[in-house]
Amino acid sequence: MSMMTYGEAIREAMSIRMREDPNVILFGEDVGAFGGCFGVSAGMFDEFGPERVRDTPISEGAIIGSAVGSAATGLRPIAELMFNDFLTVGMDQLVNQAAKMRYMFGGKIDLPMVVRLPAGGRTGGAAQHSQSLEAWLTHTPGLKVVYPSNAQDALGLLLSAIDDDNPVMFFEQKTLYATKSEVTSKEPIPLGKGRIVREGKDVTIVTYAKQVLDAEEAAKKLAADGIDAEIIDIRTLYPLDKDMIAQSIAKTHKAIVVTEETRRGGYGGEISAIIGEEMFDNLDAPVARIGALNTPVPFAPNLEDVYLPNATDIVLAAKKMF
Amino acid sequence: MAASKEQMKDIYLRMRRIRDFESAAARLFAEGKIYGFAHLYLGEEAIAPAVCECLRDDDYITSTHRGHGHIIAKGGDINLMMAELFGRYTGYCKGKGGSMHIADRDKGILGANGIVGAGQPISCGAGLSIKIRKTDQVCVCFFGDGSTNQSTFHESLNLASIWKLPIVFVCENNHYGISMSQDRHQAIKDIADRGASYNIPGVAVDGNDPMAVYEAAQEAVARARAGKGPTLIECKTYRQHGHFEGDPATYKPKEEQAAWMAKDPMPRYSKFLVENGVMTQAEIDDVDKKVAGELDAAIKFADAQPYAPDESVVTDVYSDIVEEVRVR
Repeated sequence: MSMMTYGEAIREAMSIRMREDPNVILFGEDVGAFGGCFGVSAGMFDEFGPERVRDTPISEGAIIGSAVGSAATGLRPIAELMFNDFLTVGMDQLVNQAAKMRYMFGGKIDLPMVVRLPAGGRTGGAAQHSQSLEAWLTHTPGLKVVYPSNAQDALGLLLSAIDDDNPVMFFEQKTLYATKSEVTSKEPIPLGKGRIVREGKDVTIVTYAKQVLDAEEAAKKLAADGIDAEIIDIRTLYPLDKDMIAQSIAKTHKAIVVTEETRRGGYGGEISAIIGEEMFDNLDAPVARIGALNTPVPFAPNLEDVYLPNATDIVLAAKKMF
Repeated sequence: MAASKEQMKDIYLRMRRIRDFESAAARLFAEGKIYGFAHLYLGEEAIAPAVCECLRDDDYITSTHRGHGHIIAKGGDINLMMAELFGRYTGYCKGKGGSMHIADRDKGILGANGIVGAGQPISCGAGLSIKIRKTDQVCVCFFGDGSTNQSTFHESLNLASIWKLPIVFVCENNHYGISMSQDRHQAIKDIADRGASYNIPGVAVDGNDPMAVYEAAQEAVARARAGKGPTLIECKTYRQHGHFEGDPATYKPKEEQAAWMAKDPMPRYSKFLVENGVMTQAEIDDVDKKVAGELDAAIKFADAQPYAPDESVVTDVYSDIVEEVRVR
């Protein structure tokens, strides 16, 4: 058992697999001696060398394409995009190539590749360096999408992502990198399995990534008001652990879905629709859906506070249900 | 190094196979037997067979929307190709890909591709993989003149150059990006000049002369195999048909079309083979007859194949997840 930051856990998962398998490599902008924009790969260059921890030019199309081509020919590449916002520049290689190759080729190709995607706000990054674009990728059949909230999950889920024979999009919330939590296992955590963060009987909060922390804060406040919230960290957006959500709602009969993304067209809407369609009989209230505002991400901290969802939003939504 | 007589014959066989396959595809499309999009390689047959003559089975290629020629040249099975064009379950991609997405991993064919310029970054990945796995394979990346205006072209040539990847970039300059002629879509005449921007050799050759293509490819493949990095080869050629079947190509000047038809690689290469004593006319006729038979058989094979079962629509999205199917 040890305490580890989210960033260290990601580095540990990559290092474990790179020590075991020479075909696992890491590349991206400044991931080498520089250690990555957020320091996630610090030290890996020294351990694994410039061939396997590779700096790329600022060429997102070529970065993702290199992951596709190397995965198709025997490697298990990990590509880092410095910010998930830069997906736009390399999107064709992800959406039209990586995601569709297996299907287009009649199932005759494996693409064991991971794209690491630092995402999210509260870094003063403004509109082009703070987005949460996971819904673009959950909308694309052929991709798996993972978004951990803590060090243990980051480690275990990244191991599974590297082991997976499909393209796995691994989101990392930038403000979580420095957060420390307990790591008790260095074994893979299967994709598609959620985690109950807090048991409760009155309302189910379905969330992932940074909002798990917000939900915990909200649950404490709600408890003081006699509302016992259950928190589910779905951990993997696709495949989604619908059973865990259904079991919880069968108990609480109320659901709040919280995501950091712009609310319109977000993955939170998809989860809410699934709850509405498949768990309606167990619901006592409409599903509450909390997300960021439908605007670009603003720069000034006070404006970003207005833009992003927080624990208060969850508390208010929960109280409306009682 | 010049091609041996055996290689010259083999190049002819593959050229003929492509010409007949594409002619059949044009006919079948007109008859409504095949559907979707068919972007044909007619007029460009001298290129892929000459390039692939320099490759081994374990070498890779990336291809384009105009991919039938590349796939046949790299050893693709015309029965499975035709069955895929017919949309059948036993075709290359189980009827899920069609003309623009044929791939054959065993032959190193990393897929035709419906997105212009998308094969270039993928070839970088294959090149990187070769380097990491420390084999002496090479990857040939085929693409057209139109794609040289995409960011992927520049990103990929740059990356391949700085990483010294074992890639041969083969530009089939057929002088049209869909309806836009080369002199309208870019301000340069020789795409090979762009090699200079990335400090890699750029060579322009007559793309309707398989021997010229072979010599350039041979040198570039040897260079790549020796770990000396990528080469850009521009093969100047002409798309005899429209961008796709059904495109009347009225944007092409008649005189231009006529001038290029006079340089059609098929009769030109047969004449070369006879004049240089490589094959007799009778031997050429025999090859033509053999290939015509193969094509007839491929069409019969394809037409007899089953359609994909409905439930197969939800498989092959992931290795381990079968999506839900709609209940009607």
